[in-house]
Parts: sequence; structure tokens; C-alpha cells
Amino acid sequence: MKARLITTLLILSLSPVVLLGADDNCVICHQSFEDETGPSHMIERDIHIQRGLGCVDCHGGDASLEDMDEVREVADYRGVPDYLELPGFCARCHSDAAYMRNHNPSLPTDQLDKYRTSVHGQKLFGERDRKVANCISCHTVHEIGDGRLPHSSTHPLNVPATCGKCHSDDEYMAEYGIPTDQLSDFTASVHGHALLEQKDLGAPACNDCHSNHGAAPPGLTSLSAVCGTCHAFQMELFAASPHDAAFRENDFPMCETCHSNHRIEPPDDKMVGTEEPAVCLECHDADDGTRAFVVADSVSSTIGRLVTSRAQAEAVLSEATARGMQTTDEEFMLKDIDQILIQTRTLVHAFGIEDIVPKAAEGIAKADSVKAGAEELIDEYYFRRKGLAWATLFITVLAVALYLKIRRSG
Amino acid sequence: MADSDSSRRRFLNIILGGGLLATLASILFPVYRYITPPASGEANLSQMRLPFKRTDIEADPKKAKTFKFGRILGIILVTETGELKALAATCTHLDCTVQHRPDLGIVWCSCHNGRYDLDGHNISGPPPRPLEKFVVNEVGEDIFVSREDA
Amino acid sequence: MSPASDQRRTGWKARAFDWVDRRFKINALVEYMGGKVVPQHGHSAFYYLGGITLFLFIVQVVTGILLLMYYRPGSESAYESVRFIITEVEFGWLIRAVHSWSANLMVLFAVLHMFTVFFTSAYRKPRELTWLSGIGLLGLTMAFGFSGYLLPWNELAFFATRVGTGMAGAIPIIGDDLMIIMRGGEEVTGATIGRFFGLHAAILPAVFTVVLAAHLIFIQRQGMSEPLGWEGRAPSEKKYMKFFPNFLYRDLLFWLIALNVIALLAVIFPDGVGVIHWPLGTKADPFAPPPPVIRPEWYFMFAFQALKLLPAHVWFIEGELFGIILFGVGGLVWTLVPFLNRQSVEGRGSKLFYGFGLLVVAFVLVMTIWGYLVE
Repeated sequence: MKARLITTLLILSLSPVVLLGADDNCVICHQSFEDETGPSHMIERDIHIQRGLGCVDCHGGDASLEDMDEVREVADYRGVPDYLELPGFCARCHSDAAYMRNHNPSLPTDQLDKYRTSVHGQKLFGERDRKVANCISCHTVHEIGDGRLPHSSTHPLNVPATCGKCHSDDEYMAEYGIPTDQLSDFTASVHGHALLEQKDLGAPACNDCHSNHGAAPPGLTSLSAVCGTCHAFQMELFAASPHDAAFRENDFPMCETCHSNHRIEPPDDKMVGTEEPAVCLECHDADDGTRAFVVADSVSSTIGRLVTSRAQAEAVLSEATARGMQTTDEEFMLKDIDQILIQTRTLVHAFGIEDIVPKAAEGIAKADSVKAGAEELIDEYYFRRKGLAWATLFITVLAVALYLKIRRSG
Repeated sequence: MADSDSSRRRFLNIILGGGLLATLASILFPVYRYITPPASGEANLSQMRLPFKRTDIEADPKKAKTFKFGRILGIILVTETGELKALAATCTHLDCTVQHRPDLGIVWCSCHNGRYDLDGHNISGPPPRPLEKFVVNEVGEDIFVSREDA
Repeated sequence: MSPASDQRRTGWKARAFDWVDRRFKINALVEYMGGKVVPQHGHSAFYYLGGITLFLFIVQVVTGILLLMYYRPGSESAYESVRFIITEVEFGWLIRAVHSWSANLMVLFAVLHMFTVFFTSAYRKPRELTWLSGIGLLGLTMAFGFSGYLLPWNELAFFATRVGTGMAGAIPIIGDDLMIIMRGGEEVTGATIGRFFGLHAAILPAVFTVVLAAHLIFIQRQGMSEPLGWEGRAPSEKKYMKFFPNFLYRDLLFWLIALNVIALLAVIFPDGVGVIHWPLGTKADPFAPPPPVIRPEWYFMFAFQALKLLPAHVWFIEGELFGIILFGVGGLVWTLVPFLNRQSVEGRGSKLFYGFGLLVVAFVLVMTIWGYLVE
């Protein structure tokens, strides 16, 4: 016993147990036999410990006791909870608004309620499924981090990998009958690139569309609202378009039908139109009794005209630049056209021609003035050379006359 | 002989004089055009007079107008209380051009629903930074926009 | 048409002359000037080089004054004002292009003028002060070039100036203070523009004008230097040309040709050509990484390259210091050559000094070309 005491005192002197106070025997004892992957070492990184809580605040017991048997006798000792009991275990504090107010007033206390509505919650509570995610599956246990900090498993940059731990494991997910390609699709998508490669925190992670605690796939018609949190204008346009009613009647998922859900790729102008690979063709053909083909063709050619206009303007401009003329003003205007191009393409979601045609016309007018400006610059280039030719002529005449005069005066 | 010689000399002198005048003209003409101030006035980047009036802004359906301020785009809007505010118009998320939403009392970026208050602070959505705010001065009918001194 | 002879002065020219003469008594001066002659020999063509340099200086002053009307010194206005000049001001591009070309040509011709004077030993007694003032003018010209280069405040100029002033900091004892005074601080900033502009547009023109006036007065007083071979020749064996009007007409003709060449260069190559390049490019950003290739202007390249080649230590002296000492001593010898070349005083060529001159020419040429090849 004495040898053990000395050993633990030595370990104590090496381990930063200061946070927990020198009298937290839970830590002292557990550190004596656990390695670095054991909870008593991992908790240094845990937010609860950093906020001044200790082992007993979750597990119950008495930290002053040295004997584990005595600890188990303590009335409120909870020990290690069962997997199915875990949500309740955490919610003991996290759903207690009054308690949370004393520790972190801005943290919500509805996680358990949301969890109950989620697929994970329904399976865990309803079917006693031990494979679905509970709190620790995503938040880890003993090293729960603040989701705003980059090392946390729930930081947006880490969320896809955290969800993907189960959801892209074919073997693990085999019995559930849902695909396991979400993570790879997402990573290859526009959102995946933005979030994971460009570290743009404005881009969505899994929880931004699926909710985190209430995780479930969005419903068919609520998809538009989910995408519309960011893509608000597209949502507005779609809701006012003929497709809104049509999609609801046919139970087509909005947005996803044309853009996919996870593997959302940068949209191409070719997606609209009456020829492959336009997505319009998935439902429409020339004689389906709707104006679809007429509109699709019109929209497609309108956008095409604007794109061509812009390309032509840029071509003339680069001719001017190649001649060494200063083209910054025109380049500025080209950026304006890019903005109009974005707006024009967004207006596709109105599935009509009333708004998109005038918008594109605006862009084409700007492209025309860029072209005109560039042509003016090219004209100026030739004007300069003509001016030079004249000036050279005059100077040469003068020089020759002077030379003759020199010859005459000997 | 002396006659043809002196007439040749006179001819030469005329060419000389003419050539001199033409050369001087081809030097002085560009100089004259150069010293005539161009329409744009001055190169100044830190302050400019807007090419439209308050009434133009109020007449706009979105109660705002964009303007080129040096190398960047700016937007000037009129608030409900009639105050003029000017901001940089390029969204700090992915460079789309923002617009004024008088119905919501915000500056809005339609690309990803980014929102800024009328002082340029980013209040919702993806934008990571606020929009630069400019100083607006009204002198008579003219509106002057300048950068805030750092 | 010589004004020295009364009989041939007739008409309005005579009346004008009399009007001035009655007030300022210039007749004697005019007669003296009328007697000025220029030696005619195989190397007479060299005599025009100084005049062309002078013409280029006049072009610089005129275009510089024009640029002054729109240029605004300062880190937030310099670049923008130059961009304004070349894009918005009518013919602004031309004035700027002429100013840039003429600047480079002026350095070139000043150097050519200096070398031809050196190899004809024209610096010998009694023309020592003309040589000294000429060296001063060359130094001032290079200072003009160095200070003017920064003024557009673009990336090109910023880094070249940072490197150049950094080298000044390597000079022993005075180096640190000198660098801070040059930069107007520890780094190259808007403060540097301020001082370089004051230097370029006020101080240097004033000093240059004074030294130039001295240089020209010396030449007018002493006349053109005769070739060494003319020492001891009889007057009948020496051919001269009258300065007024014959040499002057030829001088003017060369000035006219130079004008035309500048016009052609300015219109066809407004941003320079080949490695001698000065596009406006992007605005200076002190926090941006330096571009992969930083070059000084071509007339500094030989020194830049030579310093780069020096090893870290030569004997016990630090490499850079050794380079500075070498250039310092070389420059001093070059400046004092009229006093050191005893043989020239006696009217004889000196193989030693010709050799020295050739060595200098070869060194400058090789170092300059090397500098551009390496990058």
C-alpha cells in the first residue's frame, strides 16, 4: 500500500491533475493504471472538465473516496451508463434549463427532444437498436470539444467525417438498406469542395441540412426550404413557378430532382434546354401539352446569347490589351456582366421567360458597351500610330531641309 | 546662276520654316491636349462625387444605386428615415454584388442569402466579414462619398 | 550670316540686334561666340554626344513639368495618379513614355559621352574641372533615375528600391543612417515617395542646373578639346568648323533625329522593350511576397551583378564591404583621372589608362549582360 502511495504521488507530480484538484481520487487512481487513451488522461481535453466539472458530476459517487467499493455504495453513483440509457444520462443536465443557465446560458437545452424525433432516436428508443448514433457517437466521450473549435469532432469541418464514420461503412450500414455513398458524394460536390477544401464555413455540413440532434432526411417538399436557407432566391422563384404545384402533385423532391442531394455539382448551362443532357427531358417532351419545351428552348437560347455576347466582348478586349492599351475600366464592366450572368442563371428557377429575357438583355447591353469601349481603344492605338507617322514625316522633312542647309553652308 | 541659287535658297528656307512649324505643331498639339483637364477630373481614390442625386436614389425601386469607386463597386442607399448610407457592394463571401432590401431593412446578397445591416455588419449567412462603410457628405445637391480614415 | 560683320546685318534682324545691344552691350560677347570653332577630325562625331545628352535633359525637364501637373506623391495616390495619366489624360501615355525613354537614353548618352571623352583624353589639363563636373552630372543623372523610378509606386519599383536602398545600408559606418535617411524610415513606404519626389522634382533639378551651367561655361570658355595627335601641329594642318552656324545646325539635326527616335520608341514601345521594361503593372504592396525576379534599372545592373558574385568573405573582409571598397576606389580613380594621367598632360596617350578604360568598359558590359542572362 505504501509503495502504491509513493508511486501515485510520483505520477501525480508528472500529470497535470491541477484542473481537478489534488484531492480528486477518481483521476489519481484511474491515471495510475490507464494509459494515454484512458479516460483519466483524455479528460484534459474535455470541455466539462475545463469548465470545472469532475468525474462525479456525470458518474456520481464521491471523489474523496479511495476505495472503488466504497464509491459504488454512494447513493447517487451512476457508473458507466448502458448505450441505450446514454441520451438520458447526458440529458440529466443538458435538458435542465435551470442547471445549464448556471454553466452555459447560451447553450440550447432541446437536444434530447430533437433526438427523439430523429431516425437515430426513434431506432434507439423504439427498437432498442445499439448500432445507431447516440450522444457519444458524434461528440466522443471524455474529450467532448466545443464545436466552434477546430479540433472538435462537431466542428463543421469535421462533421462530414464524424457522420461518415458509420454512414460510409458498407458493412455497418448493410442492414439498414440506405446508401453509403453520401460522404463520397458530398466530398465531390460543390458544398464539399467549399467546406473541406476552401474551408468556407458558410458552406453546409451534414447537420446544416439534416439537423444535428434531429437528424433525418428532409421531407420531399421541405427540401426546398432546407436548400432555401441559403439559396433563398431560387426557393422564392421556384415557389412562384409552375413547377411548385407540379412537383407537389407528383411527389417529386424539389431541388434534388435536378440537382441531386449530396453530389451537387456546379450547374451547367446545358442543364436547361431541349436537347441532351438537359434535365428538362427527364419529364418533358415536345408534345406533352405544356409550354415546357417552348420555355426551355427560350431560356436556353437567352442564356446562350448572353454567354456568347460576353465571350465576344472579352475577345475584343483582349485584342486591345494585347496592343498594350489600358483596359481596366472595361474589365471592371466585364465583372458586372458576370454578376448579371449569375442573376440570369438564377432566374432559370422561375421557369418562365418574363424576367429572364430582360435581365439577359441588360447583360448583353453591357457586353456591347465593353465591346464598344474595347474597339475605341483599338482605334486609339491606330490613331497613335497615324499621328506618329505624320509627326515623323514633319520631322523628317525638317531634318532633310536642315541637312541641305548644312550642305549649302559648307 | 545667282538667281536660281537664291530662289533655291528661298525654297529651302520655306521648307525649313514649314517643316519647323509642322514639327512644333506636332509637339505642341499633344501638349495642349495634355494640359486640358480630362472629364474625369482627378485620380483621387479616396473621395468622389456621385454622378446622380438623392432624388435618383429615392426614385429607385430598391431605394439604392451602385457606383464605381476607384477600383471597387459601391452601393448607396436611403434608409426609412431618409439617411444616406454607402457601403462597398462586393459580398465578403464569394464576391457577388449585394443589393438593398428596403422591405427587410437589410443589405442582402442573393447568392447565398448573406445578410448585412445597413451599416455593413454581417448579421446572417455565410459572409465572414462586414462590408466596408463609406462616409457620405451631402453638399447642396451633390453627394460625396469618401473612405473612412483608418 | 555671321553677326560679327556689320555689313551683312540688314533688315529686321539688325534692328533687333541693335535694340538689345544698346541695352546690354552684347556685341563683344557675340563676336567672341562667333569666333568659336570646333576641331574637325576622325573622331569629331563624338562632339555631338554631349549635346544630345543636353537635349535629352531638356526633354526630361519639359515632360517632367507636364507630368508634375497630374502626378500626386503618396502611397495612396501615386500609383493611381500615374494610372490616371496614362489612361485618362489625353496624350498622357505619350508624355510618360517619352519621359521614361528619354531618361534611359540620357543615361546611355551620358555614359557614351563620358567614355569618348575618356578615350580621347579630353579631360587633360586644362579641362580637369569639366571632367569633374561631368562626373558630378553623371552621378546626378543616376540619382534622377533612381529617385524617379520609385515614383509610380508599382510592384516593380517598390522591390527594386527596397533592394537598392538596402545595398546603401551595406556601406560601412554611414550605411545604416544613410539607408534610413534615404527611405525616410526603416522600410520603403509612402515616406520614401515623399523624399524621392522632393529629390527628383526639386533638389536634383536645382543642383543639376548649377553643375550643368558650370560644365557648359567651362566648355564655352575653353572651346572643344583637340585630339592628342594634334599636339605640336602647325595651325595650317588643323581643320576647324565654325560653331555658329555650321556645327550648331549639325547639332540641331542630331537633336531632331533624337526627337524622332524618342517619338517612335514612345509610340511603338510605350512600356519599354525586352529587358528594359517599365509597364505600370500592379500597385506596390509591402506585404506581398517579392516577385521571383527583381531587377534594378539597367545602368545599375553591373554593380548589382558584381555584388551578387562576391563571395561572403574576401580574405578577412566581408564580401559586400569588399565590393563597396572596390567600387569606391575604382570610382575615385576614374574621377581623378585628369590628375593621375601625367602623360596626357604632356599631350601623349597613356597605354595604362587606355587599358584601365577598356577594363572598365569590359567589366560594365560583361556584368550588365550577365545580370540579365542569369535571371
